[in-house]
Amino acid sequence: MSWIYEPWPWYVSGPMIAFIMFLLLMVGKNFGMSGNLRTLCAICGAGEKAAFFNFDWKAQRWNLVVVLGAIIGGFIASQYLTTDLAVAINPETIATLKTLGFESAGTQYLPSELYGNNVFLAPKNLFILAIGGLLVGFGTRYAGGCTSGHAISGLSELQLPSLIAVIGFFIGGLTMIHFLFPLIF
Amino acid sequence: MRTVIYLAIGIIFGITMFKSEAASWFRIYEMFQFQSFQMYGIIGSAVVTGLILVQSIKYFKINSFYGEHIKFTPKDKGFSRYMYGGILFGLGWALAGACPGPMFTLVGAGYLPILIVIVFSVLGTFLYGLLKDKLPH
Repeated sequence: MSWIYEPWPWYVSGPMIAFIMFLLLMVGKNFGMSGNLRTLCAICGAGEKAAFFNFDWKAQRWNLVVVLGAIIGGFIASQYLTTDLAVAINPETIATLKTLGFESAGTQYLPSELYGNNVFLAPKNLFILAIGGLLVGFGTRYAGGCTSGHAISGLSELQLPSLIAVIGFFIGGLTMIHFLFPLIF
Repeated sequence: MRTVIYLAIGIIFGITMFKSEAASWFRIYEMFQFQSFQMYGIIGSAVVTGLILVQSIKYFKINSFYGEHIKFTPKDKGFSRYMYGGILFGLGWALAGACPGPMFTLVGAGYLPILIVIVFSVLGTFLYGLLKDKLPH
């Protein structure tokens, strides 16, 4: 059973994700996480400001329960199923990240420069997290889905719009890493 | 009872996101540097397995556990919203290193700063709702 404490290989993780999508279909639902952001807006009363949030959000409560599960799952996995939190990324990637100032590369699960609690005292890095979140939330709703809704569900259903969105995800991601990171960090 | 099922599915999802390292900022960066197969393997094998499962549901007319017909709604045709929205999402995904599933997993893993990403992604969604009619779709 010691394998469970190691990072799971892609050929276990990928089919697991597909199985999760399949389970949701089998209980009459769909796999898509970003819809929850819209539901959270509606719960906070955004419907008074924009018609886009006037929908029956109570019908989406099941997906918020999935989110609650994802939080609990993160707790279980990090506390009980992981002995070494370091992510063994490519040594070349570590070298590149160090030149950008990410000294924690190769020793942590997340970069402590952005996700350590010291970030609350670093306005620039707080701003980076805020902009990142804003782009994710805006982009995902504009595109009508995220990695789960488009890349996994949409591509599995052979939907052309999802392929366009996934190409967009990569254009955006590659632009950020290759052109904007040297300017930001 | 159904709530328990959704919760269980969520827990499996959260564990998978964390253990696959798809919730790691470093893995996302490495993916966009094309320096590891891990993320491509995860997404690729998920899509191939998903494709087989979805096509099986369609071909064998498999009903849900509750005996209902499983219907797939085709997404609206178009290009602009998927491309522009996709690019904006990709920029944020690479910067924050988290997408809307893993960001919640990271809350459970105890990384408090991810809450900033979550709050601002809700705000980003709200901003889209406000500007929706002015954007090309």
